[in-house]
Amino acid sequence: MSYGTSFSACRALFVRDFSLVWRRRGDALNPVLFAVMVVVLFPFALGPEPNALARISAGTVLVALLLAGLLSLDALFRSDFEDGSLEQLVLSPHPLPLLLACKIAVHWLTTALPLLLVAPLLGELLYLPRSELPVLLAALALSTPLLSLIGAVCVALTVGMRRSGMLLALLVLPLYVPVLIFAAGACNAAGQGLPVLAPLLWLGAGLALTLVLAPLACAAALRISLS
Amino acid sequence: MNSPTPPETPPLLEARGLAYLRNDEPIFGPLSFRLDAGDVVLMEGDNGSGKTTLLKVLSGLLPPGAGEVLLNGEPLTLARLSHQVALLGHLLGVKGELSPLQNLRFAIGLGGLRPGITPYHALKSVGLEGYEDLPLRQLSAGQKKRVALARLLLVPAALWLLDEPYANLDREGITLVNRLLELHALRGGAALITSHGAYAYTSGTPRRIRLDAVDREFAA
Amino acid sequence: MNPLVLWFHKLGSPPYFYRLAGRLLPWLWGLGLISLAVGLYGGLVLAPSDYQQSDAFRIIYVHVPSAWMSLFIYGFMALNGFIALIWRIKLSETLAMAAAPIGAAFTFICLATGSLWGKPMWGTWWTWDARLTSELVLLFLYFGVMGLYQAIEDRRQASRAAAFLALVGIVNLPIVHFSVNWWNTLHQGSTVRLFGPSLIDSRMLWPLLIMAIATKFLFAASLLSRARVDLLELEAGKDWARQVALADGDAA
Repeated sequence: MSYGTSFSACRALFVRDFSLVWRRRGDALNPVLFAVMVVVLFPFALGPEPNALARISAGTVLVALLLAGLLSLDALFRSDFEDGSLEQLVLSPHPLPLLLACKIAVHWLTTALPLLLVAPLLGELLYLPRSELPVLLAALALSTPLLSLIGAVCVALTVGMRRSGMLLALLVLPLYVPVLIFAAGACNAAGQGLPVLAPLLWLGAGLALTLVLAPLACAAALRISLS
Repeated sequence: MNSPTPPETPPLLEARGLAYLRNDEPIFGPLSFRLDAGDVVLMEGDNGSGKTTLLKVLSGLLPPGAGEVLLNGEPLTLARLSHQVALLGHLLGVKGELSPLQNLRFAIGLGGLRPGITPYHALKSVGLEGYEDLPLRQLSAGQKKRVALARLLLVPAALWLLDEPYANLDREGITLVNRLLELHALRGGAALITSHGAYAYTSGTPRRIRLDAVDREFAA
Repeated sequence: MNPLVLWFHKLGSPPYFYRLAGRLLPWLWGLGLISLAVGLYGGLVLAPSDYQQSDAFRIIYVHVPSAWMSLFIYGFMALNGFIALIWRIKLSETLAMAAAPIGAAFTFICLATGSLWGKPMWGTWWTWDARLTSELVLLFLYFGVMGLYQAIEDRRQASRAAAFLALVGIVNLPIVHFSVNWWNTLHQGSTVRLFGPSLIDSRMLWPLLIMAIATKFLFAASLLSRARVDLLELEAGKDWARQVALADGDAA
């Protein structure tokens, strides 16, 4: 009798979640469009003057991507909750934090990674100084997984609710503050010609810690929500 | 507790003084019963008598308010779930965007595979031959239920916990469920089915437990 | 069993707690209001004015105790949340959730007084000072806990979820504080300290300490009052709650 290993369970989950995203690949573009539109609003609000836009460019791109990520978070467990797949996932004897880590990974790959790819374009729209672009990308590469992981814990807490969008923002945004500060700090430091390594290392340390703790917390939160 | 070597093998599933409370109001129980290999037990009760909650507690999804669930003599909790238990709830746990085959492959990845059966076989035995690759949302409610039943055939779980398995099924579907249950019992499995009484397991005389009858012993 | 453990078990039972809190409440309110009056009189009238900030500094007698309480209550809430999640003690769930709005109120008072003080000192109502910014994030964390608690229907599940969020928040709080400090030094030089420990005269200090005690008593009184009501609501179906309601009806 073959019960399958935790590895095969993770592989099955990857395959299923990727096929689901592929079936709804139109939806996958929405966060990217949202981020582009938010960024486009800034020149309208502040005027098209390059110097003014360049000063705020890195921060604006960061906030736009953060908000786009926040909007896509809601979908992380929603359909699984509604059709009962989440119950089957929780009942599986494989370690739930591991399975959730896989789900979060798929979510990051399908929502945050496309955002990361358009970030240079968004920077260009706001006259982001060339020297800041590599730092911005490095900061995004480290901070977007952090945002997905922290966000997943909060989504798990709101999973049974019908309209959780605004509440989710209320729960998540205060927790995002340190991530934003270090990511933006790195970009600012690059703009002023200061060393950028310290904030990036802080982000990396945070990511390493969250990578371990967030799936555990997410599993605990999910069990509270499902009880 | 160290009991001297038990004279018989422990029952597949045993509930001891099992109760569930929501906001201190008892939903059901205390309830004690056991299921041995080959048993099919019908759990009857009116709407709101806690049938669904009972199945969730038995599967380990909800922690019991009192008492314990033993699976092969060992306690079953959220921290110690087992491949031996398969739950089919009101929500089937299948994805509308995916085909029956894709859904079943995922279930196998999560729950393991019984030897000597393939997803194709399972789909054939629930009467879904030819629908293997159609997205589930194009199937009827009864056909979706059959996909979920095919999942039960595939995963190596000895204990089936089925919540209203007859709902949404036509006459033929009901016979199918009964046939699957019979087969499962013959192979040494056990099943606990809830029903509000409209349809019933017809093969032989299954044991019945009424959930609204509180505090009654059903020791075998 | 250890008598202390026994006492905790007894304390955890809602009817016992309800009666005990009822007996303590007049004392707590009394002590709280008296020490509040003494502290305010000492701070606003007796204490000499500051040579630099003149009378504007007197706002510290509200601001600083509120800031202390905002953190203290968050810690209290998280501790009770932890107990509630691990041992499923109903009283701890109730206490944690009853504490949240009180903590939010203290945090708000701290922010409002800080902003009032900022107007004469910095010339603006708001400045992105590291401490004020941390307090602001703390207020949002309180709002998150309260919002989550309100949004879930099942009361006990709601308090467990909110308690969990409070625990996540308390892990986050030092990180927020650290990051905000770092951000603050990156963007501006040293800020004017509202309250430095070295430059305070003992005649200025004692009213502050009295105020710190007063806020503790007021918090305890407010907490117990809220928790009593919440427990009654939660246990509405129980015999003891019915007896309490009947007794109140007779007295009225």
